[in-house]
Amino acid sequence: MAMLSRVADSLYWMSRYLERTEHTARLLDVTQHQLIDVDATASQQRWHRLWQALHYNEAMAGSHQPAPIVELFTADGQYPDSLVATITAARENARQVREHISSEMWEQINRLYLDIRQQVQGQRWQQAAHRFYGMVKSGSHLFQGITDATMIHDEGWNFIQIGRALERANNTASLLHSHLRILQPTGYEQGAHHAEWVALLKMCTAFEAYCKVHTPEVTPTRMIQFVVYDAVFPRSIRFCANSIHESTVAIGAKHTHGHAQRIQRVTGQFQAMLEYGGVDDALSTLAHNIVNVQQGCSQIGAVLHEVHIDYTIDSALSN
Amino acid sequence: MHKEDFFTHYLLDTAWDEMCRPDGSARNHYVELMKRMQQITPQELKQRQQVADDTFLAQGVTFTVYGHEAGTEKIFPFDLIPRIITDREWRRVEQGLTQRITALNMFLHDIYHDEHILRDGVVPRDLVYSCRHYRREMRGVSVPQGIYINVTGSDLIRLPNGEFVVLEDNLRVPSGVSYMLVNRQMSKQVFPQLFDHYNVQSVEQYGQMLLSTLRSLAPHTNEPNIVLLTPGSYNSAYFEHTYLARQMGIQLVEGRDLVIHNNTVYMRTTSGLQKVDVIYRRIDDDFIDPLVFRPDSVLGVPGLMHAYRAGNVAIANALGTGVADDKALYAYVPAMIKYYSGQEPIINNVETYLLSDAQQRQYVLDNLESLVVKAVGESGGYGMLIGPQSTAAQRAEFAARITQEPRGYIAQPTLQLSRAPCIIDGQLEARHVDLRPYILYGDRVTIVPGGLTRVALTRGSLVVNSSQGGGSKDTWVLYADTE
Repeated sequence: MAMLSRVADSLYWMSRYLERTEHTARLLDVTQHQLIDVDATASQQRWHRLWQALHYNEAMAGSHQPAPIVELFTADGQYPDSLVATITAARENARQVREHISSEMWEQINRLYLDIRQQVQGQRWQQAAHRFYGMVKSGSHLFQGITDATMIHDEGWNFIQIGRALERANNTASLLHSHLRILQPTGYEQGAHHAEWVALLKMCTAFEAYCKVHTPEVTPTRMIQFVVYDAVFPRSIRFCANSIHESTVAIGAKHTHGHAQRIQRVTGQFQAMLEYGGVDDALSTLAHNIVNVQQGCSQIGAVLHEVHIDYTIDSALSN
Repeated sequence: MHKEDFFTHYLLDTAWDEMCRPDGSARNHYVELMKRMQQITPQELKQRQQVADDTFLAQGVTFTVYGHEAGTEKIFPFDLIPRIITDREWRRVEQGLTQRITALNMFLHDIYHDEHILRDGVVPRDLVYSCRHYRREMRGVSVPQGIYINVTGSDLIRLPNGEFVVLEDNLRVPSGVSYMLVNRQMSKQVFPQLFDHYNVQSVEQYGQMLLSTLRSLAPHTNEPNIVLLTPGSYNSAYFEHTYLARQMGIQLVEGRDLVIHNNTVYMRTTSGLQKVDVIYRRIDDDFIDPLVFRPDSVLGVPGLMHAYRAGNVAIANALGTGVADDKALYAYVPAMIKYYSGQEPIINNVETYLLSDAQQRQYVLDNLESLVVKAVGESGGYGMLIGPQSTAAQRAEFAARITQEPRGYIAQPTLQLSRAPCIIDGQLEARHVDLRPYILYGDRVTIVPGGLTRVALTRGSLVVNSSQGGGSKDTWVLYADTE
């Protein structure tokens, strides 16, 4: 049976919002709990980088102090990028397609939503913030595991994969962008930034994996090669690009209309850019490449929407 | 010892009792059930009830209650004890409903085409034209096979003498059939042994029968694309929509999934537009096409009515069928049956007072205390006055409303619905019930043996609607040889 565009769209957004929830939780967690032993100036810069990575909208919220902004990003349901708001959006999308996901998936995302809601009420989460963020992250991981283990790996599953990988690639790019200054070869001292680099790796869940490949000796060049260009690290942007392309090819294989090839060209280019790009001069071209990744992500999102979800009647009937 | 306790609260009154004769002995078809009940301890019953309730909640067999906090989901209370109907009783119901639905369909075709019945003065013209559900847009439209009411559910009650009568017809978008199906599943799980002693006619073929009915409406194709159109997940019957779509293996679509191009209906899929041939809609007329009906509705599909009139899509039920289940026109259904078939009605109506008639209105206003007053356009137990249970203030309010808008109300005598055994707090007690069989009409009329038995769980209450604290039971129609 063909898949309704609305259903595909909800699966895709369910997955994106859940990935965003996990990303926000990890950034808040690392910033608050890994980086407490740096001096005041460094501390201020560190918060600024966090706001930048999370696209903090100062005009909308109007605060400069860390504590209220952390509260905003964690517990304010009115703020669209808060944990509570994104898990609510993820769960609402799942609710619209309950018939198309497995019962186990629905139960897990519903439980995670209820747990988060319960913890942020009356600011209960603040009593054990680290544990709270840990619960959010493991809840998201559990959902991904359940998805892979209980759902048919057909078209709907592929839309879920695309949503997650696209969100992840985009988030990692934003994160690197906010850290550009401390990654540049000029003007840094090894000792001063080491803690920040470790924190950056941890924000990508990359520290342990990095140590296995490169030992704990962290350098910006190796970090970029690992987080952006590594072929087998599952959170690298290249890995995400592969996953996106595989899924669009799988979806396209079932479709006879010519538009499906359009999305495959875009994801194929994106994949090639990461597979063959930035090997030697990863650091000097980083700023430029990050912009390319961000543009690639938004282009893929837009073309996917045009081809499978919100196409015009004329384009659909001209085939 | 517990056996006596269990039946202590089972008291008979003037209403017809489904299980017991007036002398307290069990009717033949209830003997075996009663015997079983005497062997089960109340604790055991409570456990089984708990299993049933948990299963419903876990499976999401819920309905949404309007007017409470947004999105309150509740389970429809399920009573474990099946309501049993003999084959002989059922055959009469089946014949009666077939006759009735056939006549109602002829009536609908007639009033939207040649109006014979109006010209012959059998049904008053003004009653039809003043009905809120009469659709001028349907004048002269040919519907597939000439069948307007493909899926209906008529509410039957049993009078104190045991006779089944029709209380009302639901010819628009009747709901509840999913509960008929899940209730049967549940009683098989809870009382598997009882099925050894009773030869119960199956209801599970309903999904297949509904699909064949819908398929028979496909205008130009043998392999029609059939969809179920739902208002969405906030609708009170959303569970039923998902359940039926799954049973039939068809797409569950919302208005925004459908587009109209060149008077053809398409659904948006990831692989492009797919033509839709038959729509089983669970959206009221008012909301189905904002270009023709309510312009503020976002649930429907702009342009659908044009595609329908062009004959490119079948819609079940047809639009405009609500005129025939108007509570004032209900009084004329026996006359319609005689007019179109020349036969006497097999199942009778409940006596009904039309308030547009001055003499009848006066009688009703003088006797509000003993009557039931209903708003003609309402359903679900809303907008009702039950005289014997009303306060003086409520009666005064209804009297004023009737005087102001006589066409908006009808009155009926307060009827003692029959009562059936239910488990209330671990005890067996009698509660009032009705019966809603589901009638399918495609190539021919087919009725699944049984239907939904709704129960007024509050002691003495006559209101069985789920929105008003009602519950339901599994309904068993027996094969002839087991009675």
